[in-house]
Amino acid sequence: MKWGVVRFPGSLDDADSIHALADVMGQTAFMLWHKETSLQGAECVLLPGGFSYGDYLRTGAIARFSPVMESVAKFAADGGLVIGTCNGFQILCEAHLLPGALTRNRTLSFICERVTLRVENASTPFTCAMKQGELLRLPIKHGEGLYVAPEDELLQMEECGQIILRYVDDDGRETEAANLNGSTRAIAGVANERFNVFGLMPHPEHAVESMLGGVDGRKIFQSIIESVR
Amino acid sequence: MQVRVFVTPRKGILDPQGRAVEGSLHTLGFKNVSDVKVGKFITFEIDARSADEASAQAKKMCEQLLANAVIEDFRFEVDSR
Repeated sequence: MKWGVVRFPGSLDDADSIHALADVMGQTAFMLWHKETSLQGAECVLLPGGFSYGDYLRTGAIARFSPVMESVAKFAADGGLVIGTCNGFQILCEAHLLPGALTRNRTLSFICERVTLRVENASTPFTCAMKQGELLRLPIKHGEGLYVAPEDELLQMEECGQIILRYVDDDGRETEAANLNGSTRAIAGVANERFNVFGLMPHPEHAVESMLGGVDGRKIFQSIIESVR
Repeated sequence: MQVRVFVTPRKGILDPQGRAVEGSLHTLGFKNVSDVKVGKFITFEIDARSADEASAQAKKMCEQLLANAVIEDFRFEVDSR
């Protein structure tokens, strides 16, 4: 499967994402420079983490206007698979490809931790290799990961199953302590109504090798791979 | 013409910065302070034929880029002097 990983000025996790996809998952993965408009035949586009455009104005607000994003929006409108991790999630929200927004962590501090997540909907292209309610251990590293959306939109998202991942404790329970950044309804990852665009604050690309602390990130990539078969 | 844009956290949205500043102001003895919000102040010059035209453009800029309606409110002033 062909994966395009977008590099914006200030992207950090682009090379690690390509490493995870190509070297670990055995995929064809290439970099897409943000000024390009061709997605070079990618079957899934990944927007990586980092600090695109220095997080100026708001996280993801400037990157959204990069030329490549017009192609990504068209690709998504045609049903193409798009995944955004961390800053990529923020960009997808700013581009209105996903509902809601991400704002400053409740604690005001940058959080770098390994967290437990619960799979809330296992029948999406991004989670189909997992079980409903399965727990994942993935790292987070962000200053602005508090998910916010209007209440009526949240209700609709819950009903449609668009809330894909939640922060939980090691036993899979939602607790205030487990929701490190203070996200509304402990939301860690959401999809659009068509379930072809997915954004999450945790980093699957940094959890693909056991020597680096865990391999649960592979399950997300594996799901996407299985979904296009 | 000069436009001054004020962007503030939307009512009902958690504003941890505002809350932290409020706590510090209370520590300093300003106990009568409440509802602190920390936002952004953006200013720019615009070449427009009238204040109305500048206002209409400023509104579009706020909606499309300067503020995010999910989390922020905005207001602006046009100074045509």
